[in-house]
Amino acid sequence: MPFNLLVLVCFTYVFFLFLVAYLVERRAARGRVAWLRSPLVYTLSLSIYCTAWTFYGAVGYAARSGLEFLTIYLGPTLVFIGWWWVLRKLVRIGRQHRVTSIGDLISSRYGKSNLLGVMVTVLAVVAATPYIALQLQSVTLSFGVFASDTPEGWALPDRNATAIWVAVGLALFTVLFGTRNLDAKEQHHGIVTAIAVEAVVKLVALLAVGVFVVWGLADGPADMAGRITASKIAAWNLQPGRWFGIIFLAAAAVICLPRMFQVLVVEDGDERHLARASWAFPLYLFLMSLFIVPIAVLGLERLPAGSNPDMFVLTLPLAAGQGGLALLAFLGGFSSATSMVIIEAIALSTMVSNHIVMPLWLRFRPQMAVSGDLRRIVLLARRLSIAGVLALGYGYFRLSGGSTALAAIGLISFAGVAQVLPAMLGGIFWRGATRVGAAAGLGIGFVTWAYTMFLPSFGSGGVISAQVFSDGLFGIIWLRPQALFGVDGMDPLLHAVFWSMVLNTVAFILGSLLTFPGPEERLQGAAFVNVFEAGNTGPRPWARGQAEPEALLVMSQRILGDAALGLFATEAKAQGKEGYLPDASPEFVDQLERRLAGSVGAATAHAMISQLVGGDRVSVEDLMAVANESAQIMEYSGRLEAQQIELSRTAGALREANAKLMQVSVQKDAFLSQISHELRTPMTSIRAFSELLMEGDAPVQVVSAQAGIIHTEAIRLTRLLDDLLDLSVLENGSVQLDLGVCNLAAMIDRAFVAAGSFTAERGFLVARNAADEDVFLHTDADRLVQVFINLITNVRKYCDVAQPRLRIVVRQKAGRVTIDFIDNGTALPKAAQGVIFEKFARLTDPARAGGAGLGLAICREVMANLGGSIGYLPGQGGPAFRVTVPLHLGQIGGRG
Amino acid sequence: MRRPVRGQRGPLFLPRPEYRKRRLVDAARLLPVFGGFLVFLPILWSPAGAQGRDTARDGIYLFVVWAVLVGLAAWLAPSLADAADDGADLGKDAPADDQKDDI
Repeated sequence: MPFNLLVLVCFTYVFFLFLVAYLVERRAARGRVAWLRSPLVYTLSLSIYCTAWTFYGAVGYAARSGLEFLTIYLGPTLVFIGWWWVLRKLVRIGRQHRVTSIGDLISSRYGKSNLLGVMVTVLAVVAATPYIALQLQSVTLSFGVFASDTPEGWALPDRNATAIWVAVGLALFTVLFGTRNLDAKEQHHGIVTAIAVEAVVKLVALLAVGVFVVWGLADGPADMAGRITASKIAAWNLQPGRWFGIIFLAAAAVICLPRMFQVLVVEDGDERHLARASWAFPLYLFLMSLFIVPIAVLGLERLPAGSNPDMFVLTLPLAAGQGGLALLAFLGGFSSATSMVIIEAIALSTMVSNHIVMPLWLRFRPQMAVSGDLRRIVLLARRLSIAGVLALGYGYFRLSGGSTALAAIGLISFAGVAQVLPAMLGGIFWRGATRVGAAAGLGIGFVTWAYTMFLPSFGSGGVISAQVFSDGLFGIIWLRPQALFGVDGMDPLLHAVFWSMVLNTVAFILGSLLTFPGPEERLQGAAFVNVFEAGNTGPRPWARGQAEPEALLVMSQRILGDAALGLFATEAKAQGKEGYLPDASPEFVDQLERRLAGSVGAATAHAMISQLVGGDRVSVEDLMAVANESAQIMEYSGRLEAQQIELSRTAGALREANAKLMQVSVQKDAFLSQISHELRTPMTSIRAFSELLMEGDAPVQVVSAQAGIIHTEAIRLTRLLDDLLDLSVLENGSVQLDLGVCNLAAMIDRAFVAAGSFTAERGFLVARNAADEDVFLHTDADRLVQVFINLITNVRKYCDVAQPRLRIVVRQKAGRVTIDFIDNGTALPKAAQGVIFEKFARLTDPARAGGAGLGLAICREVMANLGGSIGYLPGQGGPAFRVTVPLHLGQIGGRG
Repeated sequence: MRRPVRGQRGPLFLPRPEYRKRRLVDAARLLPVFGGFLVFLPILWSPAGAQGRDTARDGIYLFVVWAVLVGLAAWLAPSLADAADDGADLGKDAPADDQKDDI
């Protein structure tokens, strides 16, 4: 195929991408971005992980090292199916803090430190250099493939010239689309869509070549398996160290590579899309890897020995005379290279302009923070950075000679960016990670990586002299670049990854443990680590200081353009103010800072705002004040809760008391009618019989009988009144106690005699224990006997079984004696237990009771006066009362 | 991961949909561990005898593992996307209609 035609195809293809990007940008400008933000576009844009390294290099890798090439894709697969661990948190943080790049993430997490931003930027640029060189090399090689097979016999003009033209072309495309505007958030819809289209092209191309190889050149999968076993790839042996190490490296790289971070977090941070990509992206990788081994096997089989295995994807179809397929494959490889370079350049240029150019600019021209057009400067810085990044890549391509295997170059880059991993993971999961620790880890990791891997990649005698290789730096044998600390015979890649990651992590952890973070750092650390906690919208650090809203507006306009005016107007409306200028409340200033951070990075935005707001942003005192405030609120709400519990308890008690009062009131009414009845019945007979007596004509026997009735009734009345009087005396506490020592058994005996139980019409069994009862009490014996009499009488009156039995149990404990009266009748219902000790309470029908219902009420008052108590004892299988009395009244003390 | 703030910890037991969602998250967290185990398993297969490994069979094993992992992730993802959308870290109650397919 003529070279010119190939160039024409390339141009047409680039123009097509251009068109796609342009149309999409126009749609996006009109606000129709719904389908652009679909999970499909998101997943496809992630596929920039598969660069020319995958497209060309994977086959070469497989031809050289068998299945080891799979490690590069298994690592990211594990990271993506485990998205709930890390990716989800990264995306959420990215969205909440408007992160513009991986450097911005690190800088922002560690207190918006510009030093860290610069370190990550430098690391990323240096690490990306071999990677970009890899893309240039692969595109140049692919041009070369077509050149050597052409019938016209045109020679590739000059390899380096081709590489230069490719680099310039890519830079132009990137500048045109990556830096056309300065978005509020670093999003480039046009580019992302073009990348998605390229992702489809490269997948289709690789699958087409694969299908052609398996079903066209070989005879289906079964035949293919046989050929694989027969080929020299089968001689491959899995090296456990490399297998594990490269899977880890690829897993680290997929989150740390600046371009992956760009598409993963910055361009479209949506967790729903991430959920879809968690399986769709591994599926994409799976499909990309599926035919790699067959292509490598057939390439080794069919093509002449010594042909570059990195180019099998192109040379196999060409050798089979399939020019069209080869062209498709060429476009696939071209897509892989261009998409990677474009996104990488955008990501790096954002970092360079935000973390290096802008801070320097503001440092040397502080007045520019308040006047002058910053937008142009930012854009110019980015365009120059893109050109610079590509120039560096070209430089590496020239220096390394452009002859190394693609995969080897890529792994250097992976190991470089993986140095960010400890600071990043530590930053989002560990609040104790500090700026000093992160800087130490990054620094040591970077130096180790550069010394053991990056610089040696230029070859012995390239940057590092052969003598240093064999004898170590300054002749120290422990500092040999590929045998650090005397660790000899390790695979160079593993050696570099192992030492750089170990030293990096140790420095990071030690640095963090030994230093104390500043207030800003602690605020940011808490906001990042606890990003999922409800209500966490980050701290409000602009607690002090006042800014002129107009100055803020002027400054924001220079970065955000007209969007700033809209932002201010919306805020003014929200604050309920007329016009365009809202109050510069801390919330608003903070919101504005985040908006600006989306354009120029957190550190720069922070510096610009603090120039206007003035003063240190936040002090330890402020931090403590905030903490105190929330602690006070927590305490206050805790107190409220306690009060509420207390209140509801009191309310419950009140309800209970009220219910009891109601019951007592009902009882009192019932009693009043009862007492009037009780008083009235004797009174009626006394009156009737006294009237009969007054007539005076009755015989003597009748008169004597009638006088007897009058007498009995008068005695009943007197007894009733005595009881009432007794009760009121007891209740007033004005009773006179006749204290003396008395035996308990004797008292109980007296009670039985007085109650007349031995002569009663209903005899009942009494169970007593003489030994227990042999207790001497110092108390008022008559009063206590009165209580016993009452209880025994009650048993006789109320026990409702044919064979009544009374059990008296005496126990002595802690200076008190308890006497239980337990009979075998029906136990009292729970409702009754509460009221039997109230005055006038009678449970059964009054006729049977034959009293006024004052007995137990008197007992209770007597016991209170004797320093003891009486209560109903539930759970004894029948009615049971417990009398508690002190052994020695006066020592324990009683009422009266 | 979430530390309950003193005095306002969540309920001790959860309703069924919420419970299912949490177990789903557990499954999603364990999936990469499981995947890592399967992927690193070939390290243990010592080169069988003198004739070396069977590359074709190793390759088929790895691709099958890969496909299974993708399938499992695809099976978990839709419900997890709902869970992730509920705002905080499953601390809040999800809207009722979001939970239908989880029961």
